Parts: sequence; structure tokens; C-alpha cells
Amino acid sequence: MSVFGGRTRWPIVMTAMLALGGAFGCAGGRGGAMVTVKGSDTMVILGQRWAEAYMAGHPGTVIQVTGGGSGTGIAALINGTTDICMASRTMKDEERQSIQQRYGEPPHEILVARDGLTIYLHEENQVHELTLAQLKAIYTGRVTRWNQVGGASMPIIAYGRENSSGTYEYFKEHVLEKEDFAATVQTLPGTAAVVNAVSKDPHGIGYGGAAYLKGVRECAVKRDDASAGVLPSAENVRSGAYPISRGLFLYTRKAPAGAIAAFVEFALSDPGQALVTEVGYYPAR
Amino acid sequence: MAPSSGSTVAAVAAPLPRAEFQPGALAPYTGAARRRSRRVREAVIAGVLRVCAFSAVAGLLLIVVFVLREAMPVLFDAATRKEASLRAYFATSMWQPVGDIPKYGILPLLVGTLKVVVAAMTFAIPVGVMAAVFASEFAPARIREMLKPAVEMLAGIPSVVLGFFALIVMASWVQSVTGAHSRLNAVNAGLALGLGIIPTIFTVSEDALRAVPRSYREASLALGASRWATAWHVTLPAAGAGVAAGILLGLARAVGETMIVLMASGNAAIVSGDLLDSVRTLSASIAAELAEVVVGSPHYSTLFFLGAVLFAATFIINVFAGLFVERLRKRLAGA
Repeated sequence: MSVFGGRTRWPIVMTAMLALGGAFGCAGGRGGAMVTVKGSDTMVILGQRWAEAYMAGHPGTVIQVTGGGSGTGIAALINGTTDICMASRTMKDEERQSIQQRYGEPPHEILVARDGLTIYLHEENQVHELTLAQLKAIYTGRVTRWNQVGGASMPIIAYGRENSSGTYEYFKEHVLEKEDFAATVQTLPGTAAVVNAVSKDPHGIGYGGAAYLKGVRECAVKRDDASAGVLPSAENVRSGAYPISRGLFLYTRKAPAGAIAAFVEFALSDPGQALVTEVGYYPAR
Repeated sequence: MAPSSGSTVAAVAAPLPRAEFQPGALAPYTGAARRRSRRVREAVIAGVLRVCAFSAVAGLLLIVVFVLREAMPVLFDAATRKEASLRAYFATSMWQPVGDIPKYGILPLLVGTLKVVVAAMTFAIPVGVMAAVFASEFAPARIREMLKPAVEMLAGIPSVVLGFFALIVMASWVQSVTGAHSRLNAVNAGLALGLGIIPTIFTVSEDALRAVPRSYREASLALGASRWATAWHVTLPAAGAGVAAGILLGLARAVGETMIVLMASGNAAIVSGDLLDSVRTLSASIAAELAEVVVGSPHYSTLFFLGAVLFAATFIINVFAGLFVERLRKRLAGA
């Protein structure tokens, strides 16, 4: 995801390491199955929750989940150092090809969840929908007044997340197309703080995970001028109609079998998909 | 210190009558054995206290060493210096450390810190010092006894609560009064920060004012000066070094305070002289970014470098505060 090969959620990695230490301790003697899952930091918490729930039901199996970023996970899948790769983007062609070359089969892609970003506006704002291009112009500072995007004549105050958050990177990649945020974008710690700020600021616009608060309204997003505005409802995110949404995937080298298949099946099962909702994403089906 | 409390200390320190040391119940012990066990106990207690005292110092030293070690790559590591070096810090005025081409311009952070601190001190110095003058020189005993704990209770409010209050409530008020373009700005953060440091300034100043001998005030009043003239021209200058120490301690806290500015300032890294613009401070940047940064990356080293800068600033301020306190003590002792 980032140039540094993914920022790392240290507490989670440490937990994973501890879990791994414990795993060697108890699984070593019994020769139980061991499945390694590696990749996207966005999905680490989700993977961890799946692993906990799965292991509770399958005491013989150990699932080891680590982050590092989608790119790191895909590289590990290619090198054979992980069984399952978590990725918050689809594989690139050259990545698919190197799996095909090494293992004689293309990688197996399983959509397990979807992630969507909500744009918040103050409830009194006359603007109800924005195109991706307008959002980009607002957050890069090329548009600074609401009347430039069909609203009242007042300045735009843009709020966002801190650069340590995955949401920040996602927004930068997908909406700003890797351009820099304007220096004037105010950053706040956490979606709650962003939503609160927008709810108090009639000039405000913000982005973050799904949240409900008096005083803010969700903004419909249009892919381009010609298309219709889409609200980030669970259905629109799931279908991919909402433009600022992405699939979250699991990848395996071949069609999953044995313990790997059982874990993937669990992720797609009702309890697995319930965990998806619980950690704040949208179910894949 | 009031004369009455001094005499209490003297009473405790005075040797107790010998008879009380030898109650009948302790008869089996000889005097020598008792003295020995008492010596051992005293030595153990002193030892434990010494360990406590030095563990704090050791902790401080370890932290300093750690921060400096993590910041070193900025000065000495070639790979880090390609992205983050002293030159890179001032080559741009953009702070965008995450992205394909990271930009580590620290100028907006320095300017931002300065603006918030100026706003906070402009508010907190007059309020804190004047409140201290009122409490020590004008307030009837009953009001003073209420005022002091109340102000000190302000220090007990967690800074994240002050920050959230500033984000939700105060910011709207500040915007309606000042007409600021941005709700979250240096003035808003400065006012919230001011609330956070007023207790420090107040408490230290009030103690200093009350340490001024009564004879000073009596002499001034006897010459026909009014109470205000006495407070302003006699008591306050006499306690000046202590008041200065309180202000410096408040300043040190303002420079380092994190949660309030993180919540209340908007954290936009802009270089401007306008106090009504959103600002990003050194401390808020560290707090917001350090949690998820890749360990050992240029960004990581940079944040530790900023930490070292902050540490140096607060250290210097604290040293000066200490000097002022020393000066006040000598001056009043000489009087």
C-alpha cells in the first residue's frame, strides 16, 4: 500500500507473534494443521477475528495472521511463505503471471468483504452529491468554495483523517489518485472526531467509516458527471455501485484444499460474514 | 510558609521525653538491641527511598538515550538522509510524510507550535497571575480557600476532555466571536491549552506571592500606598522570580501538551502568521503519526527527531524556571 511496504499495526503484529509462540507450544506435539495468513493491514483485525473464531471451533488447527500490507502478502504468496494472502486490492497481471509460472496454475481469488468510505456533509449544506473529480478538487485544494460545486457561496472546510490511518491512504489512492492533500485539510484523530467536527461546521466536509450522528448527512457520490449519485448503503457498497468502495480478498495459490479450504469457507459462512460487519466492513454476499 | 506550620514541624522534630521510649511491654529488649534494629530499619527505608528516587532519574536518562538513538539516523544514516535530513526539513514547507514522494517540511509544525503557544500564553499569563494576586492579596480567607482548590481542580481535568470540549463547544463560540474562517484554529487550541496551564501558573505564582514577608506589605501600606499599589509595586515585584518560574513551567507544559491541540487545532500544516488559521504542532504530529509508522523508516526517525527538539525546548525552559525559583529563594532569604 505505501512506499515503505505497508505501515504496521504493531500491537496486532505482537499479538500475532504471541499467538504464534503459543501455537508452537501447544500444536507442536499434536501435529495439527497450521495455516498462515498474511497481507493487507486493513484486513489484519478481520483476519484475526476469523482466526480466533475458527480456532475456537477447530482446536487442532492453528491459524497465524500477520499484516505488512497487500503487496507484502502477495509477495509472500508468490514466494510460498504464506498459505493465504489477504489483499485490499485485486492482483496485478504480473503478480498473477508469476504465480502461474511458478506453480502452473493461476491464483485463486475469493472476495470476502467490501470496504466503503462515507463522505459527510453538514445537514444544512445545499450540496447533496459530488463527483469523484469534485472530491479530488476539494481535497487537493483546487476548489475552495461550495459555490464552485453547486452549493451556497461559502468557503469549504475540509476535514480528514491522520496520515497514520489506513483510511487516509485509501482516500489518497482512490480519490486523490496519489496526489497530495492540500495543506489546509484539517486532520483529526478518528472517525468520531471528524464526524463531530462536520456536525458543528456548516462549511465542513469529511470522510471516514460508516457513522451516524445528528447534524451530518451522507453525501451521494457520482463516478462522473454523467452517472447518478449513489449513497453508501450496505447494498450499494456490496454491489460495487458506490464509487469509493473496494473489495477485500483472500488469495490462495491453487484451489483451496484441506484446512485452507475450511478456513476460507468459514470466512464466507454466516458467522464469518457477521464478523465482517462487526469490524466495520460490508459483507461480500 | 506560615509561622504556625513552622512551629508544628519543630515540635515533631524535638526529641520526645525518654520515658516514652521505654514502656514496660518492651522490657525484654535491651536498649542496644533496640537501637540496632532501629538503625537497620532506618537504613532499609532510606535504601528503598533512594532506589525510588534514582529509578525516576534512570528512567529519564533511558528515555533521553532512546529518543536520541532513534533520531540519530536523521543526522548520520545515509539511506534515511536521502528522504529526511536537516536540509530536507527546511527545503519544503509541506508536511506530507506519507505518499509516493514524502515531504518532510517541519517549518509549518514549528510555526504552528509557536502560534498555539503564543495564543495560550497571551490568555493564561494575565489570567493566572492576576488570579494569584487576587487570591493572595485581596481575597478574604473564605474565598481564597474555595478559589485555590477550584483552580487546582482544573488541572485534574484530563487533557483529552479539555480537547474534546474545545472541539465541540468552544470552537463554535470562538468562531462566532472572532469570525474565523476555520472553526478549529490556533486561538481555539490556545484558549483550551490556556485552561490547561492556568493552574500551573496560578499555583506557583500564588505560593511565591504568599512567601513575600508581611513586613513588605505593612511597610508599603504604612507609607500610604493603596492595596492595589502595594500588590502591583511591592508584592508582585518581590515575588517576581517565583511568578516568572510559574510562567515558565506553564510555558513548558504548553509546548509539550498534546491531546488538547490534537483535538482543538485542526492539525492542518499551514505556514501563516494568522492566529485564526488551523495549525499543526510538533507534539500533535508525533501523537497522531507515531502509532502506525514503520519502525526505522525516515518518517519514524523524523518523528523522534521532533521529539528530541521538543524535549530540548522543555528542558531549557525548565532549567530557567529552576534558576528563577533559586533566585527568589535567595532574595527572600536575604531580606
